[in-house]
Amino acid sequence: MSEAAHAHPNYIKIWAILLGLLVVSLIGPEIGIPWLTVVTAFGIAIIKAYMVCADFMHLRFEKKIIWFLLLASVVVIGAVFFFGVSSDIIKTQGQNWEDCISNGSCKVEQRVIVHSSSYAEVSAEHDAQQ
Amino acid sequence: MSMHGPIATGRTATGIPTARLAVWWLLSSEVFIFGGLIACFLLFKFNGAPGFQDAVLTVTWAGAFNTFVLLTSSLTIVLAHDAAEHGDKDRAFKYIWFTIFGGLVFMCVKAYEYGSKIAHGVGFTTNIFWSFYFTMTGLHALHVLGGMVIMGMVSFDIRKGYNLHRAELVGLYWHFVDIVWIFLFPILYIANF
Repeated sequence: MSEAAHAHPNYIKIWAILLGLLVVSLIGPEIGIPWLTVVTAFGIAIIKAYMVCADFMHLRFEKKIIWFLLLASVVVIGAVFFFGVSSDIIKTQGQNWEDCISNGSCKVEQRVIVHSSSYAEVSAEHDAQQ
Repeated sequence: MSMHGPIATGRTATGIPTARLAVWWLLSSEVFIFGGLIACFLLFKFNGAPGFQDAVLTVTWAGAFNTFVLLTSSLTIVLAHDAAEHGDKDRAFKYIWFTIFGGLVFMCVKAYEYGSKIAHGVGFTTNIFWSFYFTMTGLHALHVLGGMVIMGMVSFDIRKGYNLHRAELVGLYWHFVDIVWIFLFPILYIANF
């Protein structure tokens, strides 16, 4: 239980605001403007998440070490996916392969290797060169 | 606070009770699980991978209703925490069971959604969007189920006046489950562009 003495927020008021934001996030896409959809969908999701964290989870009153803990998680995962995974998904071709899904040159529903030889063929070539 | 419970409950090296710190550690590790899935989903979506237009086929009202249910259950569990802090064990017990009921309603709506999708021949392997949909919502539903079980177990001790601080601990976990849904809802149900 929280040892630090602090005034609790008005939980009913926070809940009412969260429901109001939910309604806004539902109305936004109905207008049909893509950038507005992004703002109302993701922007409001971030605001709602912040309110739940700050007021319901009492992060507003929590020691800074918890903020750092959570912030570190988000930064590390952002770095891992930006530097490690995004290139694998976003790049459409490499030296030995081509992402025919993204460039529309094939119809199959899975990313396929179209240029490289099979491992067995590569191994056989390597052995022959030896 | 009750004097019952493990020694780690009251001991602290950081100024934060060890049990609460442990829950925060758990939640920060959960960020990697759901954050990874959401990051991959967005990367594929914005890279134009085929199949993501199927987001229009998700049932928006069901997702919105479940958001309402989880936000409301977040309110009831924080009220349970508040009651426990004031030593009102009966009110804490009652609010915990309101929260469990909220989880049950959420699971029923989710079961309806899954059932209607599967009845229309949509499954895990239909395309990449549905793979993400079933993985993310399924994993989230498992967390909801786990939270309901844990809250049920904790509630009876709380009614007896033992380990009242656990109302806050299960509350932290439940709020996190709510936050995950807050992000799953727009990417799976309403951001169809």
